[in-house]
Amino acid sequence: MNTLIFRTVAPFLTGLMILFSIFVLLRGHNEPGGGFIGGLIAASALAIYGIACGVSVVRRALRVHPLAISGCGLFLACLAGFVSLPAAVPFMTGLWIYPHIFGLEVPLATVMLFDIGVYLVVVGSITSIALALEEKEND
Amino acid sequence: MSANVTDLTFLALSLPFLGAVLAPFLTRLLGSNAAWVLALFPAASFLHFLGFLPEVAAGEALTGGFAWVPSYNVSFSWLIDGLSLTFALLITGIGLLIVLYSGGYLKGHPQQGRFLCFILLFMGSMLGLVMSDSFLMLFVFWELTSITSFLLIGFDHESEAARRAALQALVVTGGGGLFLLAGLLLIWNVADVTQLSLLLNLDDPLRGSPFYIAMLVLVLGGAFTKSAQFPFHFWLPNAMEAPTPVSAYLHSATMVKAGVYLLMRLNPVMGETPAWETVLPVFGGLTLVIGTLLAIRQTDLKLMLAYTTVASLGLLVMLTGFGSEHAVEAAVLYLVAHSLFKGALFMVAGLIDHESGTRDVTRLGGLRGAMPITFAAALASALSMGGLPPFFGFLAKEEIYYALAHGDLRSILFTLVAVFGNALMFGAAFVVALKPFVGPAVATPKHAHEGPVLLWLGPVVLAVLGLLSALFSTLSHHYISSPMASAVKGSPTVVDMSVVPHIGLPLGLSVLTILAGIAVYLTIDSGRAAMARVLQALGPGPDAGFDGFIAGLVRLSHRLTTIVQSGRLEAYLTLTFIGVAAVLLVTPMLYGEFPKAPSWPSGIHFHEWTFLAIGVIGVLAVIWAKDRLTAIVSLGVQGFAVAMIFLLFGAPDLSFTQFMVETLSVVILTLVMTRLRLSPTDHRGLGQKLIDATIAIACGLGFGLFLMRTTEVPFDDALTLFFNAYSKVIAHGANVVNVIIVDFRGVDTLGEIAVVMVTGLAILALIRIRVGGERRPAENDPDAPEGNRS
Repeated sequence: MNTLIFRTVAPFLTGLMILFSIFVLLRGHNEPGGGFIGGLIAASALAIYGIACGVSVVRRALRVHPLAISGCGLFLACLAGFVSLPAAVPFMTGLWIYPHIFGLEVPLATVMLFDIGVYLVVVGSITSIALALEEKEND
Repeated sequence: MSANVTDLTFLALSLPFLGAVLAPFLTRLLGSNAAWVLALFPAASFLHFLGFLPEVAAGEALTGGFAWVPSYNVSFSWLIDGLSLTFALLITGIGLLIVLYSGGYLKGHPQQGRFLCFILLFMGSMLGLVMSDSFLMLFVFWELTSITSFLLIGFDHESEAARRAALQALVVTGGGGLFLLAGLLLIWNVADVTQLSLLLNLDDPLRGSPFYIAMLVLVLGGAFTKSAQFPFHFWLPNAMEAPTPVSAYLHSATMVKAGVYLLMRLNPVMGETPAWETVLPVFGGLTLVIGTLLAIRQTDLKLMLAYTTVASLGLLVMLTGFGSEHAVEAAVLYLVAHSLFKGALFMVAGLIDHESGTRDVTRLGGLRGAMPITFAAALASALSMGGLPPFFGFLAKEEIYYALAHGDLRSILFTLVAVFGNALMFGAAFVVALKPFVGPAVATPKHAHEGPVLLWLGPVVLAVLGLLSALFSTLSHHYISSPMASAVKGSPTVVDMSVVPHIGLPLGLSVLTILAGIAVYLTIDSGRAAMARVLQALGPGPDAGFDGFIAGLVRLSHRLTTIVQSGRLEAYLTLTFIGVAAVLLVTPMLYGEFPKAPSWPSGIHFHEWTFLAIGVIGVLAVIWAKDRLTAIVSLGVQGFAVAMIFLLFGAPDLSFTQFMVETLSVVILTLVMTRLRLSPTDHRGLGQKLIDATIAIACGLGFGLFLMRTTEVPFDDALTLFFNAYSKVIAHGANVVNVIIVDFRGVDTLGEIAVVMVTGLAILALIRIRVGGERRPAENDPDAPEGNRS
């Protein structure tokens, strides 16, 4: 599997796939997509990178342990739920704001924050499993 | 109740917890002086609850709180009546003194901050317990007191005895808490209310129920374990491993009374039945007798007090269940008196220990000159415990005899029990409070002298309160005893016992008790020896039984695990799939729910046929594959075909996910396979293959039939219509699937991603185990060999 072509293409492929996964994550509210699918795409991107260039390269590129990403995601998802607390509405009620950025109305919501959390949990958990499996036993 | 009072009461309930959070930081900053600052938290709560006295004395019961889970009728709510208010004042008042006492007792201890944190956590839990109006809150706080008690008993966690005692207390009281939970759920179902205040206002909701006995047994299971009734009394003396402030606070004044509190709370709705009036007095009386006998045999001051506490709890349970108005009044008076004098005596015992270096009563004597203040407080408390005027204990004892001394056989029996128990307790009280101080001075391990103010403040205040509350009995009855007795009785009750003795049978019994008590005090050494011989003859008690029980439990679970968990994946998979096949095939057989033969579908397009064919070919390829890699990839092909079918039938999200899941499972399965270094081909023999094939076909058939039957049922599209109609309108999203996941059912998703993360963690740990045959021992690794420990 570890051919020259694969090794050369893999970083670009991974970058493209992660970009695509973010695109899928963000379009999820209105078109097919969402945090779960996006997370799976990003996880497979990192798995490919790991197979092609070695696990240590991926770990260096990630900078933090994949499970830390996962934990961060879970924290974000919980946080998205607790935003409703100061607004005095039940836990996890979706709240929306519409700020104008460069004259363009951008709808932002706690559900989006939540979806990003889902994305990160999925990426982190699956990547950590995949990377641990890809690691050579004598590492 | 105005919103202001509601908020303030909530704050008063939270203050101990806030103090607990701050305790470690404050102690680091101020040392043992932090106790003065931390005492402000219970002090503020105490003052807040003091403000309710006039209203409660006027006969009102105040409730307040917030909705918690409104859909299940669960609230965070409190009930302030005579009973809970008295308890709240005892908890915060004595708690305040205990915090100060801990400041002195553990001065310079490296973990004083932790200790104060635990004490305040316990205070908050106990306060929550007695103030709870909602059943669920009562249970949560009940278990919290068990957990904080566990932490406090095991405070000296390097001592094995302390660890054992902590675990024992947790198992007994926590296990009892589960009984209580079941009991509360039963009451919840029978009476259909979730709040005590509503339950108490119902017209006799429980006694007539066919589940009454079950409820009684369950509630008593909780109360008897918590309040150390025979045969669960053994954990309480063992809990004396805890530092003395804990013994004084948890194991005499407050926590162990939680069981009595529960009985008193439920007395209006569950009491006055033959079962109640038999079980409670019998077990209470038995506990009283056994507790006092065991107390006599001890030489350790704290253990003597611990056993008299067991006895006192027995007396309280006996009185609560005796079933007359005077018995209830006696229980109320004795409960308050006991909290005051026993808390003080424990603190005195700790003080003696702290200053002289020993708690062994046979090695103490002549301390009166060295510790005059302590002596005064001890004597005053012992007089109250012995039931002498003019102390509050006297009122309690008079009321006890007034309630019990009647002509019928049952009353005579329990009067004898009470006289016997009280006489022995009288003796024990003076052994603890008089013996160390009188007689010739005995050399002690440390040179004894009066302790610092932090240490003697608590016992002195409690002793003085025991005197004042008796002298001004009209006031204390008006504000404390009468409202509490009314709450326990369930109807207005007036307590009017005063220090002025009335000539009559109760006074005669008092005199008899005192005379017998003096005899016990004078012959304590021979009495102790006699009891030791009797216990020797009786053999191991419930304490040893507990050890046997735990050891048996461990052996049983070990055996069960070796049977259930064979450790062979093949066995697990075979069993699982046999189970699945049985559920799917046997159930329709039993109910005759097999699907009708489906009609041959018409109008299937060519490309749809193609994907179906690819799927089938994929499965066949899995079966005929020569090596594992081919099989895994073929399985992926089949999965992709299914994903395409999802796509064709209008489920793009599902299909999208299916594609990704298939891809990743192929990758991960391949990685796992290469890692496990399995043989590349199948190693099963023909016979095994036939068995596995049969199970597989049965499963497939079962699923097929199940799906066909499911699709025959007319589809209820209410949810589809709802989500289609409202997804855009109220959740601002056009992708219904995503809106359901992140918004409509967001809490479910939150739970699911938590599971995803935990699973990731578990799998990672499993992989690490495979890797780490030669894992380096980390620093402080408990599994590391002795020499490596830092």
